[in-house]
Amino acid sequence: MSDAQRPLKLFATLLLFWMILNGSLAPDVFLAGLAISAAIAFLLPGGLSVLCGARLSLRGVGAALGFTGFFLRELVVANLRMAGLVLNPALPVRPAIVRVETRLTDPVARLLLANAITLTPGTLSVELSGRWLYVHWVVAETTDPQEATRAIVAGFENYLEVIYG
Amino acid sequence: MTALGLAILTLGAVFLALGGLGLWRMPDTYTRIQAGTKATTLGTLLSMAGAGVLEPGWALKLALIVLFLMFTNPLSSQVLARAAHRARVPQAPQTVADALAEAEGEGAQ
Repeated sequence: MSDAQRPLKLFATLLLFWMILNGSLAPDVFLAGLAISAAIAFLLPGGLSVLCGARLSLRGVGAALGFTGFFLRELVVANLRMAGLVLNPALPVRPAIVRVETRLTDPVARLLLANAITLTPGTLSVELSGRWLYVHWVVAETTDPQEATRAIVAGFENYLEVIYG
Repeated sequence: MTALGLAILTLGAVFLALGGLGLWRMPDTYTRIQAGTKATTLGTLLSMAGAGVLEPGWALKLALIVLFLMFTNPLSSQVLARAAHRARVPQAPQTVADALAEAEGEGAQ
């Protein structure tokens, strides 16, 4: 991977989490965080952080916010649908494992996509192999890969493509 | 403020309970994982949000917990589902298609 700033981004992420978890800006806490974050980033140069591969421009940040908003809405929809399904006496499930396609190549973007699919309406990522993603669908609307891709993947992919373009 | 916090907490508990009901009612492993993952994620998220409203001083740390959960919860579900599929855990009779088994069959030939 060509992102030379990767260890730096990992370091920044770790330090940020350290500061939030400590909830203090005291110099000794900050110095300890600096040392530990630097040690981890140095020892695990291949470590990934969500920032790795991300475009840190205004457009990238905007897309990240859009992705978060879209994701939260989908999460609520997913839960309401699942609740309706579980409470329905007939339990109208129609499960299927369908194959969908993704254009994303960045590993972090693919992780986020698989996670987002798992958390949203009736779908669960089962296997990722190359550009194919196998998704378990509780109430399958279609088994056609292209239609399934449009229904499951496209919404998230549009944002992720901008962030990790 | 207290009432709002308690209301959000209760809503979170309702989703967690529905997740439990889903585990019990769903016909096979995969659909149970589905019911479990989504409900526990939103349920926990709402519980944390409710706690954050009640104790604003904790809000930042609670937000961090939610962030970790949003990454780890779906990941563990995905790995469980994949392991189940590889171990050929049977699917519910209602299942209409399995593209992954088909792809594996093609690879084996």
